[in-house]
Amino acid sequence: MEISKAEISSAAAASAASTPSSPQPDSASIELMGSEVLMKALQAEGVEFVWGYPGGAVLYIYDALYKQDAIQHVLVRHEQAAVHAADGYARATGNVGVALVTSGPGLTNAVTGIATAYMDSIPMVIVSGQVPTAAIGQDAFQECDTVGITRPIVKHNFLVKDPRDIAMTMKKAFHIARTGRPGPVVVDIPKDVSFRKTPYAGYPQTVEMRSYNPVKRGHGGQIRKALQLLLNAKRPYIYTGGGVLLGNASDELRTLVDLLGYPVTNTLMGLGAYPASDPKFLGMLGMHGTWEANNAMQHCDVLLAVGARFDDRVIGNVKHFAQNERKIIHIDIDPSSISKRVKVDVPIVGDVKDVLTELITMIKESSAQPDGGALKAWWDTIGEWRSRKSMAYSLGAGDVIKPQYVVETLWNMTKDADTYITSDVGQHQMWAAQYYRFDKPRRWINSGGLGTMGVGIPYAMGVKMAKPESEVFCITGEGSVQMCIQELSTCLQYDTPIKICALNNRYLGMVRQWQEIEYSSRYSHSYMDALPNFVKLAEAYGHVGLLIEHPRDVEPALREARRLKDRTVFMDFRTDPTENVFPMVQAGKGITEMLLGSEDL
Amino acid sequence: MKHIIAVLLENEPGALSRVVGLFSARGYNIESLTVAPTEDPSLSRMTIQTAGSEDVIEQITKHLNRLIEVVKVVDLTEGAYTERELMMVKVRAVGKEREEMKRMADIFRGRIIDVTDKSYTIELTGDQAKNDAFLHAVERGAIMETVRTGASGIGRGERVLRV
Repeated sequence: MEISKAEISSAAAASAASTPSSPQPDSASIELMGSEVLMKALQAEGVEFVWGYPGGAVLYIYDALYKQDAIQHVLVRHEQAAVHAADGYARATGNVGVALVTSGPGLTNAVTGIATAYMDSIPMVIVSGQVPTAAIGQDAFQECDTVGITRPIVKHNFLVKDPRDIAMTMKKAFHIARTGRPGPVVVDIPKDVSFRKTPYAGYPQTVEMRSYNPVKRGHGGQIRKALQLLLNAKRPYIYTGGGVLLGNASDELRTLVDLLGYPVTNTLMGLGAYPASDPKFLGMLGMHGTWEANNAMQHCDVLLAVGARFDDRVIGNVKHFAQNERKIIHIDIDPSSISKRVKVDVPIVGDVKDVLTELITMIKESSAQPDGGALKAWWDTIGEWRSRKSMAYSLGAGDVIKPQYVVETLWNMTKDADTYITSDVGQHQMWAAQYYRFDKPRRWINSGGLGTMGVGIPYAMGVKMAKPESEVFCITGEGSVQMCIQELSTCLQYDTPIKICALNNRYLGMVRQWQEIEYSSRYSHSYMDALPNFVKLAEAYGHVGLLIEHPRDVEPALREARRLKDRTVFMDFRTDPTENVFPMVQAGKGITEMLLGSEDL
Repeated sequence: MKHIIAVLLENEPGALSRVVGLFSARGYNIESLTVAPTEDPSLSRMTIQTAGSEDVIEQITKHLNRLIEVVKVVDLTEGAYTERELMMVKVRAVGKEREEMKRMADIFRGRIIDVTDKSYTIELTGDQAKNDAFLHAVERGAIMETVRTGASGIGRGERVLRV
């Protein structure tokens, strides 16, 4: 990062001109630098960690960070990882994640992380530096139009032009990020705004925005209509997504399912919202969901969708989905998610937790009961679908490691511990989703919406910092892991012991799988040659590397990694390069037009 | 079908680009857009003329409502409304054309707001169909330049859009 002499001398002159301030209590008379107001804001919002990377435009902010102890700053190795780590922290805790980047390239490096958080509705505040206000629009060094670049991938963004506005802007940013449908908010602060002094009268207690009033309570009449439909259903189904986790409504979901006895499924984003080990859980649905989960989706007569948005990866071809008529009840905090892809009969806009609570109260007060006979017949049908055991896989001759086996073994070893699993994107992500049985909310951390390769290690870092007592495993592939592998360095610096399980099949597996199935096995550029020696690479970063080449070594390796509590361990599992993810719904097909295994090809 | 959507939004820098960005990012169509501050200088009012199926219009209004700076959204075409557009047309007016053009402007209740020895500039207000009709009525070769503001719309009667 370059800092010109002129900048330093002008800053020094301005500093000399202002009265030196000694520490004072908050009062209307005190004056603070913009960067100091920013620190006050972060502290008032209860921020524990800021992941970031310094640069010219944020040096006053870094100076203010240096002079305080309340917030820990984590120096990552690439801004993309700063945003992912803050995102992982937010997913695991429900708190707002915070990242700090400099202007220009700092911000553009962060864009992938911001878009990732936006697609999955993760509450975050990203503070970016900007060139001094006088230089904005002059194509200054390290200048870019941050507000313009991030506009389509944020819930909202701000450019702060006056230090007087920092406190209220930060208050608004956190408020917007965590309320309604959560999302990332970018606050762009020019260098002079972070430097100039401003009267500071304390951090605002409340925020009022006439243009932003997210709904909380669902419409009572609509909830009553939903109840009626649910109780009259012959083939009911409860389809839940990431909104249940974001709304902290897992307990309410559990109570509802217990009361009704209806089958339930989670989307990829919703895994853990309902305990996977419960018999009423049909497994994940969608492109790589179970046969029973997808068939129930297609053949139910009343569908209760909760915090899920009928993504194409979930319902496949919309026309096929619409062939079977079913009444749909959709609970979502974001009205624009309702009736976006499928027509909904009973829309309920509101906070998932509030709406489910009200629904549960109504059920308890109602004299009507679900139709037991019809429900029994429905469960019998589901039982037949289940008997196809669509998640079964072959261990082969037992001389090559099956990726599913690694995940299942990890599940068996850690199911009684409080374990967090992050993943990257690809085949390994689907195997992790299919074979690790998530019983608790917020334990499954992955990029569902944007599908960002490279999130795994930064996510694991963010989660481990939030939950230092818990074990954090990152299930990844040799392709994904190389997209942010430099963060192994951050893990060492901050003593963040994560366990990386690389399912290394020497291919960009999901790409290879699609090429095999849809492009007549023309494996165009999906073979990754010249892989690094991951064991040596881990060691070069000061960690432990393990190479696992035989199925019998899988369990001992995982045990060894767990034993090394205080070390980051990189496990390079050499897995079957030909293995594919099944079941599978091909792009453009209906959700029950499934390939259950390679024999269906 | 044509829809006229009226939007009240915070009069802040960047608010307009958020609305325009929303339309381009989601593949919605803008036929015309007019925007200016209201009697309350902290609020701008926007009139967006667009076309699409009911489902698309529903999504457009929902997404507009999602924008943090948007205070209120109303689809004026759901009820009785009036719309006006200002159009200025510079036409060739030489010799006997001058009288003809003057008459044409009168018929359409236009006003001649600038005159040279070879041209008239005519101001017309009305809904877009009326302004279109004027352009059709005038001989094509006579039109030198046209500028239109796009529609501004307001509900009829007691129906008001305000905070």
